[in-house]
Amino acid sequence: MIKKRAIALKVNGKRYQGMVEPRRTLVDFLREDLKLTGTHIGCEHGVCGACSILLNGAAVRSCLLFAIQADGMELMSVEGLAQGTQLHPIQEAFWENHGLQCGFCTPGILMTVHAFLNENPAPSDDEIRLALSGNLCRCTGYQGIVKSVRVAANKLATRT
Amino acid sequence: MKPAAFEYVAPRSLRKAIQALAQAGDEGKILAGGQSLVPMMALRLARPKLLVDINRIQKLAYIRKRNGALHIGALTRQREVERSDLVRSACPLLYEAVPFIGHTHIRNRGTIGGTLAHADPAAELPGVAVALDAALVLEGPRGERTLRAEEFYLSHYATPVEAGEILKEVRFPPWPQRSGCSFLEVSRRHGDFALAGVAVRLSLDPDGRLMDPRITLIAVGATPQRIAKAEDLLRGEMAGDRLFDEVASQVSKEIEPESDVHASAEYKRHVAGVLTRRALRLASERARTFV
Repeated sequence: MIKKRAIALKVNGKRYQGMVEPRRTLVDFLREDLKLTGTHIGCEHGVCGACSILLNGAAVRSCLLFAIQADGMELMSVEGLAQGTQLHPIQEAFWENHGLQCGFCTPGILMTVHAFLNENPAPSDDEIRLALSGNLCRCTGYQGIVKSVRVAANKLATRT
Repeated sequence: MKPAAFEYVAPRSLRKAIQALAQAGDEGKILAGGQSLVPMMALRLARPKLLVDINRIQKLAYIRKRNGALHIGALTRQREVERSDLVRSACPLLYEAVPFIGHTHIRNRGTIGGTLAHADPAAELPGVAVALDAALVLEGPRGERTLRAEEFYLSHYATPVEAGEILKEVRFPPWPQRSGCSFLEVSRRHGDFALAGVAVRLSLDPDGRLMDPRITLIAVGATPQRIAKAEDLLRGEMAGDRLFDEVASQVSKEIEPESDVHASAEYKRHVAGVLTRRALRLASERARTFV
């Protein structure tokens, strides 16, 4: 039996601690141990992007990290976007522009877009498509998602 | 699926990492970016007993220029290389190839050393390293040794790295004057493994004749492959479409790709030729522009 280890990290500004086996993936730790079930698990081997979160500000696949590797780090998951019942501008844009249908891929896409718009606040459509290329959606056909990102960029630009 | 159970250490020094790996022998594996290893573990294609996580060895992450050569520490994230002005000026071929690796998420974690040492035949950077005659610096229990990229790639996922050894740095030789390069690949979707890819660099002598041509193909054999016969056709000649057509056919002839679910061998040969022609054109245009 492999011994469990203590880890401590921050998720959405809040401190958490836990005991994990080394093989516990970060996404399982978030969902099963911290009960932060907003982050979804799709393919579980880094292809679909559903589990995308931010690790120290950068978008990563949380199925390709072990929780133990995130010891001492700061994460942001989809639960960190809205302020209470007030949706984040990116979420509003997706809501208003058919940026989701079944919603399974949406948490990963929102986190990808959050990191992307931080870096590139006024992207072209080509840049948006490239940024989304690591997140699979099987419902929308992507047109609504691309439009949502465009609208989100405008919302964020006029917010400040 | 979930990875099988393993023991885990995260040493803070290279010396300790080498110790842990040497003790584990064949049962130990280095965890760098984990963007290839962790999927293989999830699919149970890999079941290491011990993971030696080198992500806390911050000393292995750097990009620096030494006597004109570009030295990159193994733990440097691919995304850092993609954003580096130093890489852009000191090694434009590498700069051009990095964005073809997976997606932003993957490059945020994936490391330079990881993709070089993993030796996936479809990976971009091994092709760049072979094309540019890069040096790979290993450190192990018996000290340091340096291998040329061409000696490093033995077969699919196979390198001369021994138990206890870690790839710690890659060195790209100084970039020549009056030269141009191009990296191109075709895959089913952006970020997927390449069906075929090519890395080209050409230099021009003062009369505009081609010097020191480099053509390396990826994904069409067990290792990145420099095509000497195609390079011979270019040396000392003037750049031109007819010449490039001839070189492209030579490349298609020289490679021996295998058919798989994504494409037939014949199609890969064709794509390799087309990419070579395009890359030669681009590289020679660029060499002329940068004179």
